[in-house]
Amino acid sequence: MKILVCISKSPDTTSKIAFTDGNTKFDENGVQYIVNPYDEWYALVRALEIKETSGGNVTIITVGTAADDAVIRKALAIGADDAVRIDAEATDAYFAAAQIAAYAKANNFDLILTGKETINYNGSQVAGMIAEDLDLPFVSLATKLDVNGSTLRLEQEIVGGLQIVEANLPLVVSCAKGMAEQRIPNMRGIMAARTKPLQIVPAVAVDAFTVYESYTLPDAKKACTMIDPNNMDELVNLLHTEAKVI
Amino acid sequence: MATDLYVHPDYYNMDDLLTEEQKLVRDAARAWVKKEVSPIIDEHYEKATFPMHLLRGLGEIGAFGPYIPEEYGGPGLDQISYGLIMQELERCDSGLRSTASVQSSLVMYPIWKYGSEEQKMKYLPKLATGEMMGCFGLTEPDHGSNPSGMITNFKDAGDHVILNGAKMWISNAPFADIAVVWAKDETGRIHGLVVERGMEGFSTPEMHGKLSLRASSTGELIFVNVKVPKANILPGRSGLGAPLSCLDSARFGIAWGALGAAMDCYDQALRYSKERTQFGVPIASFQLIQKKLAEMITEITKAQLLTFRVGQLRNEGRATSAQISMAKRNNCEIALNIAREARQIHGAMGITSEYSMMRHMANLESVVTYEGTHDIHLLITGLDITGISAFTREAPDLSNMK
Repeated sequence: MKILVCISKSPDTTSKIAFTDGNTKFDENGVQYIVNPYDEWYALVRALEIKETSGGNVTIITVGTAADDAVIRKALAIGADDAVRIDAEATDAYFAAAQIAAYAKANNFDLILTGKETINYNGSQVAGMIAEDLDLPFVSLATKLDVNGSTLRLEQEIVGGLQIVEANLPLVVSCAKGMAEQRIPNMRGIMAARTKPLQIVPAVAVDAFTVYESYTLPDAKKACTMIDPNNMDELVNLLHTEAKVI
Repeated sequence: MATDLYVHPDYYNMDDLLTEEQKLVRDAARAWVKKEVSPIIDEHYEKATFPMHLLRGLGEIGAFGPYIPEEYGGPGLDQISYGLIMQELERCDSGLRSTASVQSSLVMYPIWKYGSEEQKMKYLPKLATGEMMGCFGLTEPDHGSNPSGMITNFKDAGDHVILNGAKMWISNAPFADIAVVWAKDETGRIHGLVVERGMEGFSTPEMHGKLSLRASSTGELIFVNVKVPKANILPGRSGLGAPLSCLDSARFGIAWGALGAAMDCYDQALRYSKERTQFGVPIASFQLIQKKLAEMITEITKAQLLTFRVGQLRNEGRATSAQISMAKRNNCEIALNIAREARQIHGAMGITSEYSMMRHMANLESVVTYEGTHDIHLLITGLDITGISAFTREAPDLSNMK
């Protein structure tokens, strides 16, 4: 089976978040990037498991600049066979999805996997847009994926239970927690990643539909206000007038 | 130990100096340590048992002979990658790092540098995976800082030699499959021999009662008329310089490792001081706590620069023994001081196994002593800058000693 796994970089969760250029750009100074955990732990590892049991090839794809080669090498070290980098800054979800779809259209993959979202923007948009562009079925937020010939059996968590979905290849799936278990790259993998092919592909022209106007940080944590346990009226009043939660 | 929340301090953006592969190697080692070692290390430390089940995993993350070339089963990494792996292991526990240091620098290194092609092919690939484990016999009960006085010796007996003597304080000895043993021939010249478990007259009793490196296995090597084939003698180099060159490699790894322990103590102390409140405010807001933390990060940053530079020199084949000594000595000292200060910041909580400082502190007492004591390293620097050896002197008249 030919599997395409879409990976994205995201700042390490311990990064300090700040903005530059009049709060229109994320400040990358001192930020360490990691492979977006949903892409790495679930989409990539499940793709590798499928390959290990039924053969095939796992290609990873990302939209980014040369600065993103580190996350690509990590994904290759975990076990992907080869990598594609669409050589452009991923300005928004539509741009990234359009680039990946253009590549996928020309290369006929049986299965396209993504993480359910990136942990920086939490947009959950790319997988659906790829499916739309390729006119393929799309199953979102899958927690389990089993292959039976050309049919997939997927599980999705829904309110109060599970939803079982059956779908035929080819299709696009976004992967959520539970799909697989994180793999730590071993030394053999790191060594093998040195020589695995990384193809740099020029971006296709895409109309920009959105512009990021500005970013703001959440309000800083406020000091805790202590209220006398006998003064419930004041507590209720503050929850109503200041916290505005009741 | 509570959940391992470790984040490495990087005040001078040292990560910018690392290659992507070096960072990948380090991060993989850290992820493995957090998953496999942090949850179980305290239990092994308390029971004084070595976590044998980790050996294969150590092999998989490249902790055994990281710089051994691929043709001999190693990953062929550079010296800084080796240092980073040692840093990650000792960040969790010095005993774990000791096992990897010994296997890499004291067993694989001499076989790689001074072994015959047959010896390299026979031992190195299995040592790299952890399928075979080794130990290193240099120190003797009466010869620690003065290894040239060793009494372990071998005599020619045709196609083999007869080895007699004893070695002490040997990490990995109780479970090692092979021992790289340094012994004198009949002319008094020191040679390295690979002694294999199962050779008649060779035993490795475990040493008990250690209050340091409790999660590491330490033993003796005892040789009573052991027949060692001549094919097991390392042909490439003889003399004390051979084992000392192994110590250069090991001390280099220790410099990185001790820094790892210091970084772990600082990381916990910084987090704790911001969470712990006294007098209604986080204790991090007190000047005396800030003094401790500020001094810790200053010393860590200096040590990071020291280790990185000596790593560069070692990659270029230019690091001198004295330069490595300075890094080993400095980093052990700052790590011990930081462990102690971090323990103080944690107050009474700092003495429990909930936090790692006490374990690091006890471990570091071994690390500051083995592979050249703290004082011996000072004399190495002294010799290097003055040209005058202060290691030995004429034996004084002890007849009137009180």
